[in-house]
Amino acid sequence: MDALDRAIINNLQGGFPVCDEPYREVASQLGTNTNELLRRLDTLLENGTLSRFGPMYHAERLGGGLTLAAMQIPPDDFERVAAIVNAFPEVAHNYAREHALNMWFVLATETPERIGVVIAAIERDTGYTVHNMPKREEFFVGLRFEA
Amino acid sequence: MTPRPAIAMRADSTEPLLDALDRQIIVATQSGLPRVARPYHAIAAQLGMTAEDVMCRLQRMLETGIIRRIGAVPNHYALGYKANGMSVWDVPDERVHELGEKIGALDAVSHCYHRPRHLPVWPYNLFAMVHGHDRAEVEAKVHRIAELLGNADRGHTVLYSTRILKKTGLRLGG
Repeated sequence: MDALDRAIINNLQGGFPVCDEPYREVASQLGTNTNELLRRLDTLLENGTLSRFGPMYHAERLGGGLTLAAMQIPPDDFERVAAIVNAFPEVAHNYAREHALNMWFVLATETPERIGVVIAAIERDTGYTVHNMPKREEFFVGLRFEA
Repeated sequence: MTPRPAIAMRADSTEPLLDALDRQIIVATQSGLPRVARPYHAIAAQLGMTAEDVMCRLQRMLETGIIRRIGAVPNHYALGYKANGMSVWDVPDERVHELGEKIGALDAVSHCYHRPRHLPVWPYNLFAMVHGHDRAEVEAKVHRIAELLGNADRGHTVLYSTRILKKTGLRLGG
């Protein structure tokens, strides 16, 4: 990764323009041309430096439900519960974390109402309490990763 | 995750409604923007729309917040940010808005949310995901947050993930 790759990564985390030739606009800001920018962007996506490039949609504003939930599972029952939780298609991410609350997952549902239904089903199927932690407010975060 | 939840709309939603063409644009772009000189024209050609219409609808979705931003999502692990800690803070509810805005503005905080407490097991109401090249860097950033919060920090901890149990690539909502 050279200086231009880093500049591309840092620049593209901000707002990409909506206009006829947006790559040309970005390329000229970076002192390069459209073809070189596209070639490098392809490479950064192919080699996994970037996981995605495009519009990022806001799940809740599209009408879906989204929440973070946590459970406290005894270590000797953890794998059984993880398998049950992961089998729910609404569970998008699930992480083991170092805390008394040791299982943390994101639920994404077609409608906000479905969140409660899925949580009740997980509690019923696993026998453990699910602590629902929906966001009450989201704070703006700026540019995050300097390459 | 499948695009299914992305295009579901509630009839009673108070959010701005999307029409069928907006939804087609969402489906066509949720795996990414075409990497050709005129990407919005390419989407338009694929959907049988005009480029002007596609750009106008994308611009409107940006303005209404349906699109957070158009841009790149770096794989922070590939950029060397190998330590990721979920820092959680117990701050006075009446100050959570003001403090959350300050923390969100710090470098390498990728998400910052106000969430409910679950007493007694969970006293924390402010979450900030902190990234660093190693745990020491995460701890240093957490220390900076603690300094910023001052006496509003009534207790905090950092939860490191020890294992990814499932990751199906939630594309929407980040």
